[in-house]
Amino acid sequence: MSGGVVLEAIVAFLIVAGSVFALLGSLGLARFPDFYMRLHGPSKATTLGIGCLLAAALLHFAQRGTLSFHEVLFGMFVALTTPVSAHLLARAARHRGLRDLRNTDPEARSGDREPRPPGGVQ
Amino acid sequence: MLTWALDVASVLLAVSLLLAGWRLLRGPDVVDRVLALDTLYVNAAALLVMYGIRLGAGWYYEAALVIAMLGFLSTLAFAKFLLRGDLAE
Repeated sequence: MSGGVVLEAIVAFLIVAGSVFALLGSLGLARFPDFYMRLHGPSKATTLGIGCLLAAALLHFAQRGTLSFHEVLFGMFVALTTPVSAHLLARAARHRGLRDLRNTDPEARSGDREPRPPGGVQ
Repeated sequence: MLTWALDVASVLLAVSLLLAGWRLLRGPDVVDRVLALDTLYVNAAALLVMYGIRLGAGWYYEAALVIAMLGFLSTLAFAKFLLRGDLAE
């Protein structure tokens, strides 16, 4: 019986941790000053958040006796597709000529060391 | 304990949806809006997974998978359109 309580505690912790990670990803999306920084939040923190939530769902349904590996499949799908979409969005941003806040552009760094004006950010 | 965790998760996921929606409205570039839409899709799938745990039902999984797949494909289409100015050439 105490094993069920421990498992429920683990499920509750994973649910809270997953939603906190999802919130941190969206907070990064909303608050970071520059598109290339904003890309970090949804592509890493939100993926970890939905991974935690899927692990919680897997454990919860395993405890109830209806164990299925749909959650594992879904987690693999999200973990595979998020980097692809983030890469394509970063390429689209470079193509549209969005500038970064700091001097993190490798082409600009190899050339002159002049820092970019902080006001010239999208 | 599980009910408390599900309530907390509902509030946190709703706030994250609101933050992504704020970025979707604010921009400033169209790439930011596409990224915010992608985050909205993933957060909606996470909310559905959480709701499925709350209900103890298995049907949530199909809905979350459909949302995630359509979101990925639409993000791909948006990025391709922004890169090429056309979807099929």
